[in-house]
Amino acid sequence: MSSTSNNTEIEKIENTSSVTDTEKSLSDSISKKFPNVQITYVNPNRIRVNVKREEIIDVASFIRDELNFDHAESVSGVDYPEDNQVEVVYHLGSYTDTSLNKQILALATRTPREDIPHPGNDNTKLPSLHDVFPSVSFHERECFEMLGVYFEGNPDNRRLLLPEDWADIPPLRKDFAIKGR
Amino acid sequence: MTEQVLPGLQLEKVDDRIMTLNVGPQHPGSGHMRIILRVDGDYIVHCDPDPGYVHRGEEKMAEYRNYITNIPHLERPVIHDSCNILYPYCLGVEELLGLEVPERAKYLRVIAAELNRCVYTQYWLGIYGIFLGHSTMFMWPVGDRELFVDLLEKMTGARVTHSYFVPGGIRNDVPPNFEDVCLRYVNYFEKRIKEYADVFYDNPILISRTKDTGVLSKEDAIKLGTTGSVLRASGVDFDIRKKEPYDVYEELDFDTNVLKEGDSYARSKIPWLDMFQSCRIIRDALQKMPKSGSVRVKLKPNPKGGDAEVYRRVESGRGALGMHIVSKGKPQPYRLKMSVGSFRNLIAMPHLLTGEKLGNLPPVYWSLNYWPVEADR
Repeated sequence: MSSTSNNTEIEKIENTSSVTDTEKSLSDSISKKFPNVQITYVNPNRIRVNVKREEIIDVASFIRDELNFDHAESVSGVDYPEDNQVEVVYHLGSYTDTSLNKQILALATRTPREDIPHPGNDNTKLPSLHDVFPSVSFHERECFEMLGVYFEGNPDNRRLLLPEDWADIPPLRKDFAIKGR
Repeated sequence: MTEQVLPGLQLEKVDDRIMTLNVGPQHPGSGHMRIILRVDGDYIVHCDPDPGYVHRGEEKMAEYRNYITNIPHLERPVIHDSCNILYPYCLGVEELLGLEVPERAKYLRVIAAELNRCVYTQYWLGIYGIFLGHSTMFMWPVGDRELFVDLLEKMTGARVTHSYFVPGGIRNDVPPNFEDVCLRYVNYFEKRIKEYADVFYDNPILISRTKDTGVLSKEDAIKLGTTGSVLRASGVDFDIRKKEPYDVYEELDFDTNVLKEGDSYARSKIPWLDMFQSCRIIRDALQKMPKSGSVRVKLKPNPKGGDAEVYRRVESGRGALGMHIVSKGKPQPYRLKMSVGSFRNLIAMPHLLTGEKLGNLPPVYWSLNYWPVEADR
């Protein structure tokens, strides 16, 4: 989980004890097609794939079309101020392919972070996966307001949960401190 | 940032024919959320759900509290279903800390989770009934729900917000005569909910109001990533208790309810059918449960997770409930993201309501099994 998003080496840390062939074949097919992609772990029922932001649409389309993942369960944004990056993790699952029902594929990418954020008008931007997985729409809206990651291509980037007149920095950034804590 | 027009405050020009209608956030028919509708006469032409009225920043709060003190506030989003909302958190923290839960605690957790599912479903069914103008269907479930609320009080010490699950097991064991009382209550409860068919589900008024309204096709249900009863009412057989069994669900005998219609009627029926399965699970678990033994592993004070992250999910009353916990070797989670069923099913709301009659708003809205407080977190 260190700042390795620019590292293009393929490295795998496998928990070999209970990893089945399904996970191995999934991770192998991704790393075969996209040599720049970094697979950080292959655990039972869980695979994590780190991609660069330029590649995310291609990798996501491949995951949808070839590996049969059909929806996103969650989109979590994680702020890493020490790396000067914000990470966005898409947790993808499959309803249609019964052999993949257990699997969650975490597709993660990182975007530069700015100390004084101007949500939507700064460098913290990612291509939206809305066209690949329509189920991300509200999750990406939430991620935009909570972490200031603007998703280019999402038709709706308005506020969702925060008050309309929220004028502070995105609240899930690490430098937004709760009073008294 | 302050000078630009803030999103959400812009007023859009609507022509003479179309009227903007705000439902909520304080209108009882919408729960604690606002639905911005545009209506053309009696038809909804555009629907824009606007949650966030009861947003409490659970995810931010979790970053400031350690793994044990996170328990009471994390169950707040759904106080009726508090065991199920803590379940993925406990499973995740157990995976981070490498804890093995005692066998008896696993069974008791399943029993508590199923009782909670029934309590939540009864409450939801009561609201569904009253918003369709069927006040008997409000009185009955709310009355029958008291049975399980009492049972949970015997079990956990609190009527709602039990804080019963802890990483490593459950907080304390059940009272000595619990098995007998539980079995008696469950049998009576099952007899009661069977009668709901006569008064509600076979009622021609309900059928005429909910049949063929808000139809969600199987393809759309998958594409929109819906979950729980919404998904299973559209013909997708997906229940996490079956597909990715946690604790002892693998050993218990139950079925998944799936209906093909995808309309409001099917969506309102699935949670009710699920309650029968919950009764089956509880009876089976009571039989298979070890009669004695430890219910919790002792934790070190202020346990720290390693440099790892987990994503665990369970089937709650409203569908899959996942928690993504990122740990950075501190006693607090570095990031905790809750992926809740209500929030995921909200995506289907504009899809279902556009083109419907305004009068179909309550049956469609409440059939989504949506709990605004959970969606806002």
